[in-house]
Amino acid sequence: MNDLLLIVSLAGRRVAFPAGDVEAVVELEGVERVPCVSEHVAGLAALRSRVLTVIDAAVSLGFSGPQSAARLEAVVVPSGGHTYAILVDAVEDVVDAAAPSQPLQAPLGAGWDSFAKGLVEANGDLVLLIDPHGLITGPAALAA
Amino acid sequence: MDDLINDFIAETRDMLQALAGAIVAWETEPDDRARLDEIFRFVHTVKGNCGFFDLPRLELLSHAAEDALAEVRTGKRAPDARLVSAVLAVIDRIGELVQALETGEALASADDEQLIAALTTGSGPAAVAAVEPTAVPANDNRRGMRSIRLSVDLLDRIMNGVSDAVLARNELARSLRDYSTDISVDAAFDRVSACIAEIRDAITRTRMQRIDSLFAALPRMVRDLAGELGKQVRLEVDGGDVEMDREMIEMIRDPLTHIVRNAVDHGIEPPSDREGAGKPASGLLKVSARQSGNQILIEICDDGRGIDADKLARKAVAAGLITQAQAESLSAPQRTALMFEAGLSTAGQVTAISGRGVGMDVVRANIERIGGLVDVDSRLGHGLRLTIRVPLTLTIIPALTVGAGGQIFAIPRAAIEEILRASGASVRIETVGEAQVCSIRGRRVPLVSLAKLLGDNAASQVAEQTLVLLKPAGGDLYALAVDLVHDHEELVVKPAAPAIMAAGLYAGTTLADDGRPILLLDPSGLASRAGLRFDAADVERRLGGASGGAAVKPPTDYLLVRGLDKGALAVRLTVVERIEDVPASAVRRSGGRFRVALGENLVPLLGCEQPPSTDRMRLLRLTDGATELAYAFADTADIISFSGDIRPAATPGEIAGVALIEGEQVEILDPYWLFAAMSEHASAPERPLVCALPPGDSWMDTFLRPIVESLGYRVAPADGSEQPDVVIASDSSADTPDGARVLRLRATPEESQDGSIYRYDRLALLAALSRASAGGTAR
Repeated sequence: MNDLLLIVSLAGRRVAFPAGDVEAVVELEGVERVPCVSEHVAGLAALRSRVLTVIDAAVSLGFSGPQSAARLEAVVVPSGGHTYAILVDAVEDVVDAAAPSQPLQAPLGAGWDSFAKGLVEANGDLVLLIDPHGLITGPAALAA
Repeated sequence: MDDLINDFIAETRDMLQALAGAIVAWETEPDDRARLDEIFRFVHTVKGNCGFFDLPRLELLSHAAEDALAEVRTGKRAPDARLVSAVLAVIDRIGELVQALETGEALASADDEQLIAALTTGSGPAAVAAVEPTAVPANDNRRGMRSIRLSVDLLDRIMNGVSDAVLARNELARSLRDYSTDISVDAAFDRVSACIAEIRDAITRTRMQRIDSLFAALPRMVRDLAGELGKQVRLEVDGGDVEMDREMIEMIRDPLTHIVRNAVDHGIEPPSDREGAGKPASGLLKVSARQSGNQILIEICDDGRGIDADKLARKAVAAGLITQAQAESLSAPQRTALMFEAGLSTAGQVTAISGRGVGMDVVRANIERIGGLVDVDSRLGHGLRLTIRVPLTLTIIPALTVGAGGQIFAIPRAAIEEILRASGASVRIETVGEAQVCSIRGRRVPLVSLAKLLGDNAASQVAEQTLVLLKPAGGDLYALAVDLVHDHEELVVKPAAPAIMAAGLYAGTTLADDGRPILLLDPSGLASRAGLRFDAADVERRLGGASGGAAVKPPTDYLLVRGLDKGALAVRLTVVERIEDVPASAVRRSGGRFRVALGENLVPLLGCEQPPSTDRMRLLRLTDGATELAYAFADTADIISFSGDIRPAATPGEIAGVALIEGEQVEILDPYWLFAAMSEHASAPERPLVCALPPGDSWMDTFLRPIVESLGYRVAPADGSEQPDVVIASDSSADTPDGARVLRLRATPEESQDGSIYRYDRLALLAALSRASAGGTAR
């Protein structure tokens, strides 16, 4: 039994999150900025009666600039007792991993290396498997 | 079967904790038969349960404990510290095994036998040094209550559902506002609102738990700790029946434990030291809880050595937290508050128990995270009191929503002292260096612009803003300038993610009425960020602002009366000899003032401008110990004790100042001035002296006459109709009537040789007139 993957498009690339880490996929109504926090934290958003911390994954990955997309699609990931919403370009699908993930052979460039857990095959394509928890911790993880 | 085991585990755990408390309490009063029976029953029940569930180890242990207790009950064994410790050790082991049951671990069984052996032969771990028995907790009632066990998740679901319902109701309210609706719709909506409010209330109550669950573990902990450290500590617990949100109880648990441990470890001295200092050998530790408004106050008070604020300051300097200059400019309470800084510990050594210097900052952080505050009050050599204030429930915190830089934030109401308009009369804004300081009713406080602090440099001018005066825990008063003040709300606050907490400015997140997420600000975090904490501003502000509530003037007793002009007057009670009621005929005006005949004496009368219109007059007889005077009034109001501010009068006079007493402006009489004024006329001449002023001289009439009359003269025109005692002439006239002293007044200030007095030289004038009147009585 292989794991389920959530395929999303992020910073222009197709990547996969382990579906087990994902609670839901939502469209946010708005993001309230939080002053004086790390840049990868885009702010706060409300989901029914919960407050989510919104993560700009592109910033975590080292790509600068806040999300300017008109739609705010996000992947809701609980982590460390809090609930986060990771902004993505688009959500594509949930697929079965055809095989367990393969280790990476070569450096990927930019910030991908810190967060990529491996390569997986999904629908015939090779997709990067990303650790959402790493994205949540953000660029700080690199400094460690 | 799983459910049953879970029930057993939970139930046993509860029982064991209660058991430990009961055993420790019993130790202090071994003759308390009822308590012994209770303990025995507990142990017996545990044993029974263990047998039912076929848990042989547990059964063995509890059986051994039961046996030992049975022997005590029948008198075959005397209870001593060793036995109690052994029983407690067995109880602990049972607890560990039950825990292991839950988690599925395995525990070595060899130790069991050792513990059991300790029970029977008493040859187990050496008895600890004589431990002073701990006192019985003051609140020990066990009410019989019908109850069921419930999963917290289920409660949380209900709570979230209710929060959702509140939000939905608010949304509906907004929609309804936009459409005109008919009465039946409004009525129905109101009913729905009321129902939701009712449910929300009830749900909040399900989350409440008695604080006893926190306090129950303390006697045992204190006893063990004191024993380990060779100290004697008496624990008093009070207010266990105060209720708090269960979750908040859990969040307070660690801080409270830490504080209590500190008190026993560092606060309370060893018995020999205490006796040397003249204190009883056994230290007193009081833990109490009480509800005050919408807060719960938990106090931990010890009579130990207190905090050495100076030593703390030195450590802080050595640790590089503050500079020497800053340390010197701190007030004592601020130095004591240093104990909340990370990395400081006044413990000489790091003990296994505490003193690692990582504690108090975490304690404060944890408490503030739930919207609470912690205060410290130390008296070196005498003891320490820590006060934890927490809002009544974790989830719902009263807060003020404010706007700054286009965003809305919330501030916990617990930290707010006052809200003022920056453009208000009592506020003055000054720029000192690059910082702004504001004075509020004369008291200087630092000013922080919230928008600027958060990085919005295009902040509006302070003058247009509103100032929120904040006093964070252990910190100083400061003013936070915000663009607007929104509302007072009860907000459902949840902890914020670490990435957000890392900013050090926020205490949590919440949802505003319109569903938008907003941040709860952390007043001490804001102060730190603004660099306020050890700001070297003037010492006066520090002394005034620091120890919130210190330096309260002792109240003075005043007699409150209504003057003849119907204004409210107050005079210090100590000055009033008595109140007297005199016939109007006793009041005469003579020598330029009113006097009243009291018995044989003629006493100057103040407080009335006209002769009395009624046939009786009431007056206060005031005395300075030597002389008397009377003050007229209309009716008495009250005797009050007042310690508030008195706004001083602009010039010295009858009225010393004005105070606001119970909403009314009251003039406070100045007895010093009154008596001083009287002493000028101590010996009122029998016949008032006559002073002649040139007729037709309007200046003399308007300006000079009142002064002359105030000195007791009667003014008469200098036309020869009366023989004056003193004649005042302007330098232009040449008349010098015989037999009278002449005072010449000149209109110019320059010195002149003719012995005249510049007419505006008040002092010289008064001196001359007084001399004349004094000399004149030789007649």
